[in-house]
Amino acid sequence: MVEWTDFERATIADIFSKMEYEVIGPAALSRCLVVYPWTQRYFGNFGNLYNAAAIIGNPMVAKHGTTILHGLDRAVKNMDNIKSEYAELSVLHSEKLHVDPDNFKLLSDCLTIVVSAKLGKEFNGEVQAAFQKFLAVVVTSLGRQYH
Amino acid sequence: MTSLTAKDKDRVKTFWAQVSGKVEDIGSEAMARMLIVYPQTKTYFAHWKDVSPFSPSAKKHGITVMGGVAFAVTKIDDLKAGLLNLSELHAFTLRVDPANFKIMSHCIMVVMANMFPEDFTPQIHVAMDKFLSALALALAEKYR
Repeated sequence: MVEWTDFERATIADIFSKMEYEVIGPAALSRCLVVYPWTQRYFGNFGNLYNAAAIIGNPMVAKHGTTILHGLDRAVKNMDNIKSEYAELSVLHSEKLHVDPDNFKLLSDCLTIVVSAKLGKEFNGEVQAAFQKFLAVVVTSLGRQYH
Repeated sequence: MTSLTAKDKDRVKTFWAQVSGKVEDIGSEAMARMLIVYPQTKTYFAHWKDVSPFSPSAKKHGITVMGGVAFAVTKIDDLKAGLLNLSELHAFTLRVDPANFKIMSHCIMVVMANMFPEDFTPQIHVAMDKFLSALALALAEKYR
């Protein structure tokens, strides 16, 4: 069981309560596809991913980025049971999508950088620590059902 | 050795010129974040009187590290040769586990995004990530 401090709970709740999903989601996913181009392997049917501009302007990437970010909502709502919350999604990513779980860390690093850019001064060291801890738990849970 | 393209180098140098006025702030901020977010890194600084993230020692050290990065930018065309002395220092004296270079690089980039949200675009991000990885590799060159 993951132990969360009051500060961590409040920080995560706060960040997601004012999250602009349609801005941050697309920004995080497109950044991931640009910075770690091998992640494009999972998006063969997304059309034009030939260069950074194409990726950033791609509507399918944008839509999917938003979807992924909303996927974090269930963890935000149930921080004490993230592992069980993601059991089904973990099976999906393993059995159906065949995503290498290392990619979850890459995306979470990009999300951290995007949120850091958005929140500025508010995203100080302690907030960063809480955010990264939260994402680490999600990432572990998503990789849990792989075999 | 490195896969840094001409474009990557160009992007790194351009972005560096943009942030050059804030290099010390980036360094001390990145250092503080590293100590907070990755507390295991404090093990390297047990000899400091004060290991807290915003202590004078931490601030000074962040500036030192960032000075090293700035130096590496000037040696971007041959990091292995340019960073030979620093590599020997890290290999034989400091003996920092190279996994920590990745951690520091991540913290530096989080700060760059934080302080320069408009300029740290995905294109600059990938160039900087590649550069910092190449830097880390050059730093670990003399380890074994």
